[in-house]
This record gives sequence, C-alpha cells and structure tokens, in this order.
Amino acid sequence: MPNTLYDKLWNEHHIKTLDSGESLIYIDRQYLHEVTSPQAFEGLSKKGLLPWRLGANIATPDHNVPTERGDSFTVENISDDISKIQVVELDKNCNKFGIKQFDITSANQGIVHVIGPELGYTLPGMTIVCGDSHTSTHGAFGCLAMGIGTSEVEHVLATQTLKVSKLLNMKVIFEGTPQRGVSSKDIVLFLIGEIGTAGGNGHAIEFSGSYIESISMEARMTICNMAIEAGAKVGLIATDSTTMDYVKEHSPLSVDDLALAQKHWNNLFSDKEAIFDKEIVIDISQIKPQVTWGTSPEMVVDYDAGLPELSLQTEANKKNIELAKNYMGIKEGEKLTDLEFDRVFIGSCTNSRIEDLREAASVIKGRIVSKKITEAIVVPGSGMVKAQAEAEGLDKIFKDAGFIWRDPGCSMCLGMNPDQLKPYERCASTSNRNFEGRQGNLGRTHLMSPVMAAYTAINGVIGDLS
Amino acid sequence: MKVIGNELQIKGIVASIDRDNIDTDQIIPTEYLKSIKKFGFEDYLFDGWRYLDDGKLGISKNERKINHEFVLNQEPFTQANILLTRDNFGCGSSREHAVWALRDFGIRVVIASSFGDIFYNNCFKNGVLPVKLSKDQIEEIFKAEVGEMSVSLDSKKIEFNNTYQYEFDVEDNLLERIVLGLDDVDMTLKYKNDIKLFEELRKKEKPWIYADE
Repeated sequence: MPNTLYDKLWNEHHIKTLDSGESLIYIDRQYLHEVTSPQAFEGLSKKGLLPWRLGANIATPDHNVPTERGDSFTVENISDDISKIQVVELDKNCNKFGIKQFDITSANQGIVHVIGPELGYTLPGMTIVCGDSHTSTHGAFGCLAMGIGTSEVEHVLATQTLKVSKLLNMKVIFEGTPQRGVSSKDIVLFLIGEIGTAGGNGHAIEFSGSYIESISMEARMTICNMAIEAGAKVGLIATDSTTMDYVKEHSPLSVDDLALAQKHWNNLFSDKEAIFDKEIVIDISQIKPQVTWGTSPEMVVDYDAGLPELSLQTEANKKNIELAKNYMGIKEGEKLTDLEFDRVFIGSCTNSRIEDLREAASVIKGRIVSKKITEAIVVPGSGMVKAQAEAEGLDKIFKDAGFIWRDPGCSMCLGMNPDQLKPYERCASTSNRNFEGRQGNLGRTHLMSPVMAAYTAINGVIGDLS
Repeated sequence: MKVIGNELQIKGIVASIDRDNIDTDQIIPTEYLKSIKKFGFEDYLFDGWRYLDDGKLGISKNERKINHEFVLNQEPFTQANILLTRDNFGCGSSREHAVWALRDFGIRVVIASSFGDIFYNNCFKNGVLPVKLSKDQIEEIFKAEVGEMSVSLDSKKIEFNNTYQYEFDVEDNLLERIVLGLDDVDMTLKYKNDIKLFEELRKKEKPWIYADE
C-alpha cells in the first residue's frame, strides 16, 4: 500500500495499538526549555521515576532569558526574580537528572528550535517532541515533530513514548517561482490566510511542490514552523539533497553512521500513489508580500491591499473583524500602508536564522532606521547564528543603521523577558503570532517577513520591496 | 463505570464568550507561565479581558482593576463551570497552563464548534471536558437563554431549559480518563517490556539515533 511520509514515520515508530484504540509511538528526541518542563520534572520526581533515556533529551533556556546579556552574564544576573527561578529550576533539573543542557552561559544556547537542527540533534526520520507548539519546525527534516503539553513532556521523560491517535494527511503543493521580495514567510502566511487557523486541525501537513524543492533548509523551517498557525501540529517536508547537505554540515555523526543513515533517509518521501485526505495547490508566483492586519495569523492580506470592510461581511465574520480592528487601532477605510510603526523586531523561532539576518541586512545596508521607529532590535536565534552573523559583519550593518544587536532568545515573540511592547505600540515583527497582548499588554503586532520588517525599520511604514 | 475522579453529571452555570479563534495566549498570557507550579492559575484566566490593568504573577485579583464588562466578572458567571464559545477554541501555543487556568477557575466543560489540537489533548489530562458541537448547534445555544445546563458524561448529552438536548461525540477512552482520573504514565508503564523490546531493535537497526549515548 502506498504511504504518505507521515504514514511512514508513524509506522516506523509505532510500538503497539492499545485497547483504547490509541497508539503508543516511540519518541527519538525531546527538547526541553524552562517554561513547560518544571512541572513535568516535578511529576517525575513525585512518582520516583528517572528519565527513560537520558540521551534523548536536550535542554536550553530560551523563553525567559534577557537578550541584553553581554559577556560574563550568568543566571544570577537575571533581574526578574520570577524568570530567574524558572531558569534556575531548569539548571537544577538538568543537573539532578543528568540531562544535557546548553545553559545561559553556553556559546550554543539559543531558541530550542534553532539550536536543535544546527547542532545536529534533529536528524531526518526522527520523532521529535517539545513542550512548545513550534516543534513543527523540525518537520522540515522529514521528521514527525510536534508540540505537546506538560503532562506529555512528563510522559515522554518517563516512558520515551507518546499515547496518540493518528492524524489525517494533508498535502499542500506550492508551485512556481516567487516574485522579488517574497520569501517563505510570505508563502506560509498566504496559506494561513487561505485555509484559516483551523484549516489544518486534525491533520499533518506535508509541504511539497517545485517551490519547496528550490528553497533552503532555513526557509523550509520557517514554513514548517508556522504549520501550527494553520492548525496543524505536524508540518513536514520530504528529504532531498538539500536536507542531506545541511545534515552533513551540522551533524556530529561519524562517516559510517552517516552512510548507514543516509540509506534510510533516502526513503523519507510520500509514495507517488499515496492518498491524502486533503490536497491544496497554490501558485506562488502570484503571491505578493504578506502582512497581517488583525489578531490572528489568518487575518493577513497583500501588503498593499485593502482590509476586509465591515459592511461586506457576514454576521459571523463581522464581530471577529470589528474586534480585531478595534484592538489594532485600525479605522474603517485605512490600509496597512497607511499605518505608522513604532517598533521593529527581527527574531523568533520563525525568522532568526542566518539566512533571515542576511536578507534583512541586505535591505538595511548603508541606510538608517527611521526617526519614527523608537526601537528596532535584532535577536539572533542562537549563539551560533550570532557568531556567524558577526563573522560576516551583519551585526555592524544593523548597528550602523541604528538597530540594537541582542543576545539569543525568544525575546519579543512572546514578551516573557523584558522585551515587550508598551500599550498601543505598533510593531513590525518577524515572529509567528499576532494574538492580543502577545508582545506586551495592548501591543499591536503585524507579522511579516524579515525583509519587510527591515524595510519598515528604514521607512517607518511597510511598502514596495520590488 | 467506577467513578473516582469526577461525577458523571456536571450541572451548572454557562458563561459565554462570543468569538472565534480564542487562542491560549488569551486564556492565559505568557507572564503567568513563569510559575513552576501546576495549580493556582484561577486569578489569571482570560487576564487580558478580565482586568483593565497589566498583571504580574503573584498579584491576586483583589489587587487588580476589574473589567466589569467581562462575563466572568458578572454574577452569576463568577461561579460558571461551563464555558460556551465558538470556533477553534484553544488554538496557538501548547501551554497546558491554559487548561490549568480553566480548571482552577472551576470550568469543567468547554463547548465549542472546534478546538486547537494540542489544547484538546491537554484538557483530558486535567479533568476538563471539551465538547464539540456543530456551528448551527452552537448558534442555537447562543440564541437560547440558558439557565442551568446539565452535561451528562455517560450518555454524552447536554440538556438545558427542559427543552434543548444535544448529543455530543467524544472518544470513550478520553472520557474515561476524565471520569476515572487515570494517570497516563502509570498506564503506559504497564507496557514497559514492549517499549524496551522496540527500543532494543531500533538501536540495532538505526544506531545513529543513539550515537551520542
């Protein structure tokens, strides 16, 4: 029987079907961070259990950490006492159980979904979980990767398995060549606009087509990262030579292990006759840069298009749109290009990799951040990304333009650390969620690509990238 | 069915929030994810809508500026144990704190036309029952003036005002977890040997996954 990539990964990790009808699947890798793990470790201790397989787990603090650390910063220097407790707790738990951690002083610390792949802990064909919904990112490597709750984090620590029901299969085919100024972020935002934030509920989405084949691993990670914003906790992409080149560069595996693994990895694609429950084809050559206007990632339009007008909406839609426009401070008849921005944030597990920083820097080079922008920050996704960017002189380009160059972390994507919007501030953000209050109480978030965020920093408004 | 964790009938007051796509950041904002505890989130449920000021972990609702327009601040809904909402409730972040906050406030049942996948799973681990109804049924409930609602876990039915009755579908095994208060880790460890055998074989066939051990 022909199988989808998701089916193949499911079958390979399937231990047994339980009486309940659910399945027990084996988990190869778990990433841990400070926010969703303390209660899981506590649960493990209360039961008197130890982690099933220590080596499966990799930890790093990312959500809470300040991004103005500089040299010789330690956990003791975190000024928010409550954040400090959580980071200290991760240190304690990793030490107590013997889990490998890239702690706040490590050169490799960073956003968990950035460091996993770049340190070679994410390998094709793995099942990967983390107490974070953006775990779908790792699906870019032909992995079955998904976000889980804290009870499940404890379950994986204790049993190396997850008890789950199988998802349905959805295929999204992106065909064509993108217009100038259009990046993978625009493509995935466009998809979310088309199918909605519930469009992928209950499904694993496989992204395919000539566009996917043509893009880098970084761009693929951006797309899989946002599968969850389309409702799918699993996003995935078949492996190919691009995947293999990345893995060879980043993996610490021996030549023998790599050769053996590659035979297996070459089979990580959907069979030609495989049947999907849903299939969507999108001609990406028609897509313009996308910018969100509302408080859900599905509230997205072409950067220069008009916004949904209240008078043209169904009753059901009207309320959602009215609430969102009010929250965002957008008047009837206003377009996105009419809005003046206060802040710019380039970072997050969606867009903080080296390619994102290179693209943003190419727009900024030799120019100055607009006086209208009160603060523009770049937060590299990891210590490794930061070092690479500095080696290429990107930090200098950003700093010369008036950007602040920060240390790695989740930062203003969710404002758990001091990087937050003030009420009513409007932010051009390369992150993944424009929910109410996400970047700070009453803050206004517009999601966009790194190049559009860079353009906004220079001009104070969004605009034409061609 | 032997009842340990929860009774089979949940009766109570229904609070409704009439909007789609209520994400887990609305159910509980990130500030409160700094807690390392599994309980004590009741004052932070729907924090951004429930209060007019910006809160901090550790500050109780008595010290906050209450938004009297918000349903959970109005009587009798301060005592609500059933929440009615629209489509895609609990989308976004995987934070189980969202369910903990609902549970700690006293919400035992959430009724919506659909749920975010991760949130839906998290509910069953914490004794909160997510009930899926069709969009039309949800619309009817919004229009009806609901007094007390009764949710039956064994017959999988919702009843109110003596006239309305809706059946809902939920997998028995998930429902059992709520009713019996079962612990997944204990249940799975019964299959310890199956997991060990699977793992041994995997190590032989795919040694690179275990290369750094």
